[in-house]
Amino acid sequence: MSTSSNVIKQTAAEMAAALADGTTTSVELTQAHLDRIAAVDGAVHAYLHVDAEGALAQAAASDARRSDGKPAGDLDGVPIAVKDVLATQGLPTTCGSKILEGWIPPYDATVVAKLKAAGLPILGKTNMDEFAMGSSTEHSAYGPTHNPWDLDRIPGGSGGGSAAAVAAFSAPFALGTDTGGSIRQPGAVTGTVGVKPTYGGVSRYGLVALANSLDQVGPVTRTVLDSALLHELIGGHDPRDSTSVDAPVPGLVAAATQGAQGDLSGLKVGVIKELGGEGYQAGVQQRFQESVDHLVAMGAEVVEVSCPSFVHALAAYYLILPAEASSNLAKFDAMRYGLRVLPEGVDSPSAEDVMRASRDAGFGDEVKRRIILGTYALSSGYYDAYYGQAQKVRTLISRDFEAAFGRADVLLSPTAPTTAFKLGEKLDDPIAMYLNDLATIPANLAGVPGISLPSGLADEDGLPAGVQMLAPALADDRLYRVGAALEVALTEKWGGPLLDRAPSLTGDAS
Amino acid sequence: MSTATDVTLVDFDDVLTSYDPAMGLEVHVELNTVTKMFCGCPTVFGGEPNTQVCPTCLGLPGAMPVVNAKAVESAIRIGLALNCEIAEWCRFARKNYFYPDMPKNFQTSQYDEPIAFEGFMDVDIPAEGGGIETFRVEIERAHMEEDTGKSLHVGGATGRIHGADHSLVDYNRAGIPLIEIVTKPIMGAREKAPAIAKAYVAQLRELIVALGVSDARMDQGSIRADVNLSLAPKDQGGLGTRSETKNVNSLRSVERAVRYEMQRHAGVLDAGGSILQETRHWHEDTGITTSGREKSDAEDYRYFPEPDLVPVAPSREWVEELRGTMPENPTVKKARLQAEWGFTDLEMRDTVGAGAFGLVEETIAAGATPQAARKWWLSDMARRANESGTDIADLGVSPAQVAEVQALVDAKTINDKLARQVFDGLIAGEGTPEEIIAARGLAVVSDDGALGAAVDVAIAANPDVADKIRDGKVAAAGALIGAVMKEMKGQADAARVRELILERLT
Amino acid sequence: MPEITRDEVAHLADLARIDLDAAELDHLAPQLSVILESVASISEVASDDVPPTSHPLPLTNVFREDVAQPCLTAEQALAMAPEVDQQRFSVPRILGDEQ
Repeated sequence: MSTSSNVIKQTAAEMAAALADGTTTSVELTQAHLDRIAAVDGAVHAYLHVDAEGALAQAAASDARRSDGKPAGDLDGVPIAVKDVLATQGLPTTCGSKILEGWIPPYDATVVAKLKAAGLPILGKTNMDEFAMGSSTEHSAYGPTHNPWDLDRIPGGSGGGSAAAVAAFSAPFALGTDTGGSIRQPGAVTGTVGVKPTYGGVSRYGLVALANSLDQVGPVTRTVLDSALLHELIGGHDPRDSTSVDAPVPGLVAAATQGAQGDLSGLKVGVIKELGGEGYQAGVQQRFQESVDHLVAMGAEVVEVSCPSFVHALAAYYLILPAEASSNLAKFDAMRYGLRVLPEGVDSPSAEDVMRASRDAGFGDEVKRRIILGTYALSSGYYDAYYGQAQKVRTLISRDFEAAFGRADVLLSPTAPTTAFKLGEKLDDPIAMYLNDLATIPANLAGVPGISLPSGLADEDGLPAGVQMLAPALADDRLYRVGAALEVALTEKWGGPLLDRAPSLTGDAS
Repeated sequence: MSTATDVTLVDFDDVLTSYDPAMGLEVHVELNTVTKMFCGCPTVFGGEPNTQVCPTCLGLPGAMPVVNAKAVESAIRIGLALNCEIAEWCRFARKNYFYPDMPKNFQTSQYDEPIAFEGFMDVDIPAEGGGIETFRVEIERAHMEEDTGKSLHVGGATGRIHGADHSLVDYNRAGIPLIEIVTKPIMGAREKAPAIAKAYVAQLRELIVALGVSDARMDQGSIRADVNLSLAPKDQGGLGTRSETKNVNSLRSVERAVRYEMQRHAGVLDAGGSILQETRHWHEDTGITTSGREKSDAEDYRYFPEPDLVPVAPSREWVEELRGTMPENPTVKKARLQAEWGFTDLEMRDTVGAGAFGLVEETIAAGATPQAARKWWLSDMARRANESGTDIADLGVSPAQVAEVQALVDAKTINDKLARQVFDGLIAGEGTPEEIIAARGLAVVSDDGALGAAVDVAIAANPDVADKIRDGKVAAAGALIGAVMKEMKGQADAARVRELILERLT
Repeated sequence: MPEITRDEVAHLADLARIDLDAAELDHLAPQLSVILESVASISEVASDDVPPTSHPLPLTNVFREDVAQPCLTAEQALAMAPEVDQQRFSVPRILGDEQ
């Protein structure tokens, strides 16, 4: 029997194997994680809600199935955390906002239903920037999450909670969502793995929409294989999501397994010229370059590709997203659910008065900024110049990707320009904050899949950096093949997983 | 407030000496699909509040829409019936505004890419000298959208929104498919504008019912009309500033609202004022419009394509297949039936003019003769409709019932006069014709003994009249028949009474 | 250089039904101006012949059959409502007219 402090350091795949061969039980695993949460989450604050009772009950049910010889699937009994932007029936779903404080959905998101059907106990809901707007999780209405590598630093955003939980071993893996990098960038700054699937590859039904044409649900894990396992579980067509792709999920686990053998001969990788250089921290670039060298050592051929319209990606993104979000967030009006606040000093407030007061009280600054921006971009007289143009830039970006994929099988860049910055450092400068998404945004605009995996620690500060790989739409398997290969090479170089080097959160050897 | 103290209404004929009216009619049709436009909730009318809702139509965070194929089919069929082009590719768009009966605070509709556009409907109206003439109303577009929830306004005087203390919202209706049909500006109608507006809505309704896509009942809100009206100086062309009038809940209201607005606009313009572009509210009880709110340059709907839905691109094969399901062209049908029924042009003109064509058709289909059907609808029912201020279709008497009553007259169970009392009972909801006849004791007495006795009484009471008849002035029998009918409280077959009188006196 | 005035921000906040107080308006307007400036370049990037992308993947004609699906119960629908009366959502008095 493994001691509980060791078992949580395993990968999800290893835990699944241990469950299968009887070395552990789901209740033990789940309890071990609940203990870990109790020990470290006070400092990390990855979780907004922990459902100890529910998770343990689900774990017990899993163990019962297993004793009956009928596990629900390979991952039956492995606990998981879920970003608080996904509807979970019976569990609060706040989206990191005051306006949804205490909101308990009457339904499950499709991906959550899939987790439940596969028997994964849900540990709880993780922290995030409010309505997924942000790159640092500092815009959560419930306080920021702290990076397990350095508690004074941001864990990335908007999905900092999921990444921190996984990095802190408070969950084996987690679900996140990615609109402009909200899975990948936290992955980079916390030394974990994150994947944004092809747009439409995973159902959005039950994902509280930020930007409908950009959002995707994806895995947040410690290894590439774990991501492949989780991605295969949650992916696939959903008749409730009109934008979901009606095609079977490609063999991601097989691709990861194959890639781990380390032979990349015949593979062409393209380094994106525009996503590097100025604005990118030296240590981040160094680790990135080494990753490229490793791929070459495994047989890949490297070319440089240029995607000139990528320089406009940020602008297009910060017009499209606020526009769609401003409309998506209109439903929070205090009439049917959510925070209702009466305006002060008004005798007999009208519905409109109550809407205004509630939205002012319930939304944070970043959300208000983006709603105003979005309302502006959609206004008559401005639509063509802003939203309309941004949609055209999207076409140019897609064309650049198409051209680049004509010359390379996967494209590479650093995931984020810098390592984790300090809490509070960029809060007063929205544009500085937006620049964190430079490298991740293009993939969302074009709908292509991307992965971030750790490239190492930057020399300047000893903090994690990430390398991003991008593949053509529906070719998610390429990310797992190449990602797994690089992961093996790097892990060997490090002498073990990068997370082994993270400082202890409990002050002891565990 | 329904007062019109400071409104000057110009006499209708005078309006037309100085101005040309232009109208725009917007009609919303609630489709009769089993489920809602974007989710699988049932659309049945009258359910307990908030029992036909789901995350999607309730606008819960995270929920997503999926398009109802049947609604698209119905939209295309409506477009084809209106001689429209069907889009090869079109999208849904969000119309953004805040209102508590709209769960997402945007309506998923279509903006610049409607599924059907550029069509027409030839409206049949009575021609002066008899017969029918057609007036072509051009159709700008027909598009798909979703209905809102329903609010009960509590605490105000009339249950209306003004003065209400709070409102109670039921979302059962939210998300039911609507097709919005918009005309191009209707010009050149001149003094017939009110009649044409009414006829357009009536015939559009008939078309919708013939397609089987909606029951299109104005009294139930499954078809709704908004009337736009403007006046331009006579013979100068162009369009004046328009007002939009809502709450036009019957065909009668359509006609009256157009007429009223023409008179009101003229009053303002004659006095040198200008028309406010605004939404007005029709009041059927007082016959006026009142000001609602100033219209739309305040409201910017910030339309953009709905990102949770993908484009609708109906194949040309599908469109042609649906074209094969079109009902007969209404004008052609009227000509065919006129011939079949043997109506004169005047009779046809009056039938159409009374808005009774469809009702007559259905009554004949239920077994009555054409003349009997026409007789009832154009005289008795039309009169009742006028008296109660309702549409002839909303009286509470169905074509089947008219046919049934006529059959009872034909069987001599009742006569025409008694039949009117049966209709009184039907309208009052007293039951079936048979039940009403029994309950009210309306059956015609056919027992010759009783009739003969009454005849004898009448003869005895009117000896001079009796003598005239004996002398051969048979026509004088009318007075005796009248006396007998009065004695029998109308419950006698007048023809039989006449026979009995003549038997005795000739 | 596009700039957004405090008044414009107030108007937009009104459209978006958010009651911003004076301090918030003072705070937001310059931030929004800066953001708009940085995104303004977008209006010159793409020529007229570039079509807009509203969807990354070219799907069309996604429909469902006109068949009833299970609904929420009224309890479920109303469970999170701020105020309920007669099995309906109770909302404060509505000022505007229906559209």
